[in-house]
Amino acid sequence: MSGALDAFALSPRLGELWVYLAASPLLGLTLTLAAYQAAWWLHRKSGGSPLANPVLLAVALLVTALTLSGTDYLTYFDGAQFVHFLLGPATVALAIPLHAQIRRVRALALPVLAALVAGSVTAIVSAVAVGKLLGASAPTLLSLAPKSVTTPIAMGVAERIGGIPSLTAVLVIATGVLGAVGARYLFDAMKIREPAARGLAIGVAAHGIGTARAFQVSEEAGVFAALAMGLNGVLTALLVPPLAAALAG
Amino acid sequence: MIAALTQLLIYQLAGEIVARGLGLPVPGPVLGMVFLFAALSLAGGPSPDLQRTGQGLLQHLSLLFVPAGTGVMLHLGRVAEEWLPLAAALVVSTAATLAVTALTMRLLMPKAAAPEDRP
Repeated sequence: MSGALDAFALSPRLGELWVYLAASPLLGLTLTLAAYQAAWWLHRKSGGSPLANPVLLAVALLVTALTLSGTDYLTYFDGAQFVHFLLGPATVALAIPLHAQIRRVRALALPVLAALVAGSVTAIVSAVAVGKLLGASAPTLLSLAPKSVTTPIAMGVAERIGGIPSLTAVLVIATGVLGAVGARYLFDAMKIREPAARGLAIGVAAHGIGTARAFQVSEEAGVFAALAMGLNGVLTALLVPPLAAALAG
Repeated sequence: MIAALTQLLIYQLAGEIVARGLGLPVPGPVLGMVFLFAALSLAGGPSPDLQRTGQGLLQHLSLLFVPAGTGVMLHLGRVAEEWLPLAAALVVSTAATLAVTALTMRLLMPKAAAPEDRP
């Protein structure tokens, strides 16, 4: 009896606290960092397995927590945007490892450019073609087209061609996670061992999430991934509008 | 750290201004990366502060994708409705892109660049 009374006495207080937390960016920011820490802990517990991808785990934890607490995404993003914003300076910072490895990159300039163009076209055409074959709607197809490049670029491209930018962001992350998880098994099966080839491919196919994974494996693979991610961002921005119009229309 | 962060933001800002000012299809941060790369080439390398801060940011690059990924909440309906074409497109396209890029690169790479032959 007294327990129930205590709860009644407490609930207005809890209500007030929730009103404060829900309106402040603190909760979204803290939740993001905490979910990421937990995801890394799980990733390490798994022995660093690519299957226990930190982004995938953190997103799963966050979606569960937000759904259970009835918090909508925009409220959450008020806080999480501070983390999201750092994608810009982090992209700029990719120049640092690139500069450290430029001699090796320059020696392979021609193979890098040829592989980049082949990969970039494959990424766009195969995604739209498979989606269309299986009956995806036009807005979904247009949101799919730029899925292999880093979030801010892909969202900008999707908006320009009539896709749904926030859906594109999700498809971009899913692609990055798939690439980071699957690349090792695919390359091992194909007997591709050169770090430059593995890194470049993961950067073209799986942008920043793949690049983060490549840096964990070796700096050389990471640098080629970072280079591929940057160049593919530019190339995809140029290729998607004409290709998507031809494929999805 | 603050000096390095300021520097990164200035390059990003310069990239945004040039990209938008000239109506280029290239995103601002990518141009910012190009500008910083040019500056590093001229200066011969990053300052220890910039090196540390850049490394710190890149070490946790995957964290920065978490907020956008959580946006899947907004599209659960569409994802549930079109899960088959979406899943198939992502899996097939990612595998094809990885394979085509890596094979093209390996085919054109000189043999001396194989990892066994590195000094």
